[in-house]
Amino acid sequence: MKVTVNMDKRLQHFIDLIIVFTQKDLKVRYKNSFLGYLWSVGHPLAFAIVFYVAFKLIMRVPIENYALFLICGLFPWQWFSNSVSASPMIFLGNAQIIKKINFPRNIIPFALILHDMLHFILAVPVIIVFLYSSGLKPHLSWIIGIPILILAQFCLTYGISLIIASINLFFRDLERLTVIFINILFYATPVFYSETMIPSRYELFLKLNPLTPLIINWRGLFLKGIILWDSIILSLCYGIIFLAIGLVIYKKLSWRFAEVL
Amino acid sequence: MNDIAISFQNVTKIYPLYHHITGGIKSLLFHPVKAVKSLKSSHFLALKDISFEVKKGEALGIMGKNGAGKSTILGLIAGVLKPTKGKIIVNGRISPLLELGAGFHPELTGRENIILKGVLIGLTRNEILKKMEDIIDFSELGDFIDQPVRIYSSGMLARLGFSIIANLNPEILLIDEILAVGDETFQKKCFNRMLSFKKNGITILFVSHSIENIRFICDRVIWLENQNIKAIDITETIVSKYIGNM
Ligand SMILES: Nc1ncnc2c1ncn2[C@@H]1O[C@H](COP(=O)(O)OP(=O)(O)OP(=O)(O)O)[C@@H](O)[C@H]1O
Ligand SMILES: [Mg+2]
Repeated sequence: MKVTVNMDKRLQHFIDLIIVFTQKDLKVRYKNSFLGYLWSVGHPLAFAIVFYVAFKLIMRVPIENYALFLICGLFPWQWFSNSVSASPMIFLGNAQIIKKINFPRNIIPFALILHDMLHFILAVPVIIVFLYSSGLKPHLSWIIGIPILILAQFCLTYGISLIIASINLFFRDLERLTVIFINILFYATPVFYSETMIPSRYELFLKLNPLTPLIINWRGLFLKGIILWDSIILSLCYGIIFLAIGLVIYKKLSWRFAEVL
Repeated sequence: MNDIAISFQNVTKIYPLYHHITGGIKSLLFHPVKAVKSLKSSHFLALKDISFEVKKGEALGIMGKNGAGKSTILGLIAGVLKPTKGKIIVNGRISPLLELGAGFHPELTGRENIILKGVLIGLTRNEILKKMEDIIDFSELGDFIDQPVRIYSSGMLARLGFSIIANLNPEILLIDEILAVGDETFQKKCFNRMLSFKKNGITILFVSHSIENIRFICDRVIWLENQNIKAIDITETIVSKYIGNM
C-alpha cells in the first residue's frame, strides 16, 4: 500500500516537474506573447512560401502538390531544429537553479523537447487543412504511424540536445558550431527536395543522415498514409543510439555543471 | 536512530580550472598539445582533507576569510558539487542553497519561482500551493510577488529565498550570508524563525561574516583557513580566538 502511494506521488511529482518547466519555457521563450503558438506554425509556413517561390515558381522542380510536400517535411524539421538550436543555451540559461539545487538536470532538456513536440502536434491540423485543399484525406494508418515516428524523433532530438547542451558548458564554441551544423543538415536532408532526386552514388550519405529516414517517413505518412517499416526501424535505431550517447555524456559531465556555470 | 545529520570524512575538493578550453577552439586548433596539457594541469585546491560531523538539530557556523571555502562546503552538502576525495554523508532533506545571487529565474514572477523551487526540491504542485499564502505572507513582498524577479532588490530576493525554505519543511538548512542584505526587521524575523527551527530539531549550517549573528544562532563554529579547518569548537571559544586573530 505504502509503495503504491509512493509511486503515485513520484509520478505526480515527475508530471509536475514537466508541467512547471514547460510553462517556464513557454513564458521565457515567448515572453507570454499571445502569438506564441502561431509562431510555431507561422515560421515553417513562411519558409514554405520562400521555398515554393524559389523552387516551384522559379526553378520548377517536378514535384506535384509542392506546397503540401514542403510542409509535410518542414513541420517535423522545425521541431528538430527548434529543439537543437535551443540546446546549447539550455543549461547555461538555468545556471541559477543548477548551482543551488541538486535535481536531475536532464529534466530541463526533456521538458524543452516535449514542449517543441507539443507545438509540432498542434501544427498537424494545418497539414490536414492543406491535405483537404489538395483533394486528399488523412489516413487511418496515422494512428500507428504518428506515435512511432514521434517516439523515434523524440529520442533522436533529446539525445542530440543532451550531447550539445552538456558539452557546450565546457566548450562554448559549440554554440556557433551548432548553428552551422543545423544549416548544413537542413540542406543535407530531403525536406524541400525528394530523396528520389538524389543521384544514386550519394545514396550512402543520405542514409548516414539520421534525419533522412524520419523525414521520408513523415512525408510518406502524411501524403499517402504509407508506413515504410524498414526505414521506421532505422529511425528508431538512430533514435536509440543518439539517446544512449546523450545519456552517457550527460552522466559523465553532469556532476561538473555547477562548477563551470 | 542515527543522530548525525552531516558527516564529512577526509573530504578534499579540487576545482579544475576550465577556462583554457572554454578559451576556445582557437587554442585547441593552434596549440592542441598545450591546450590538453593545461586542461590536465590547472587545478585549484579549495578544501584539503576535511573531517567533521554535525548532529541533528545542531546549528553549526562557518567562518573564514573570503575564498576560504565556506560556500564550497555548503555546495558539497547540497550535492551540487562532488568531492574530489573523501566521503560525505547527509541524513535528511536539504533545503536549496540560500546564497546571494538568489537562484531564481529572472523572467518568472516571485509566485512562479516559488512553484519552480518547490518542485525542484521534490514537492508536488499541490503541496506547494497549500503553502503559497504562508510563504507570501512571511516574505512581506505584497504585490511584488506577481512581478518578475529580475526587478527585485537584493533584499527582496533574500526575503523570497528565505521565505520559501522557511515554509517548506526543511530538515537541513543551508544559509550562506543571505541575511546580510535583509533589513533589520526582516533579519530579526528570520532569526526568530531559525531559533524555532532549532527547537524542532532542524539542522542549520550558517555561513556569515557577522560575529554577532554567529553568536546568536550557532552552537558550534568551524574556522576555515588555508583550505583547512583551523579550529572547530563551541561558539564562544572560536569567536574569541577569531577576534583575537583579527
Ligand atoms: N567553480 C569554481 N571553479 C574554480 N574555483 C572555484 C570555483 N568556486 C570556488 N572556487 C575557488 O574556491 C575557493 C573557495 O571558494 P568559496 O566560494 O567556497 O569561498 P567562500 O569561503 O565562500 O568565500 P566568501 O566569503 O567570499 O563567500 C576560492 O578561492 C574560489 O576562487
Ligand atoms: Mg561564499
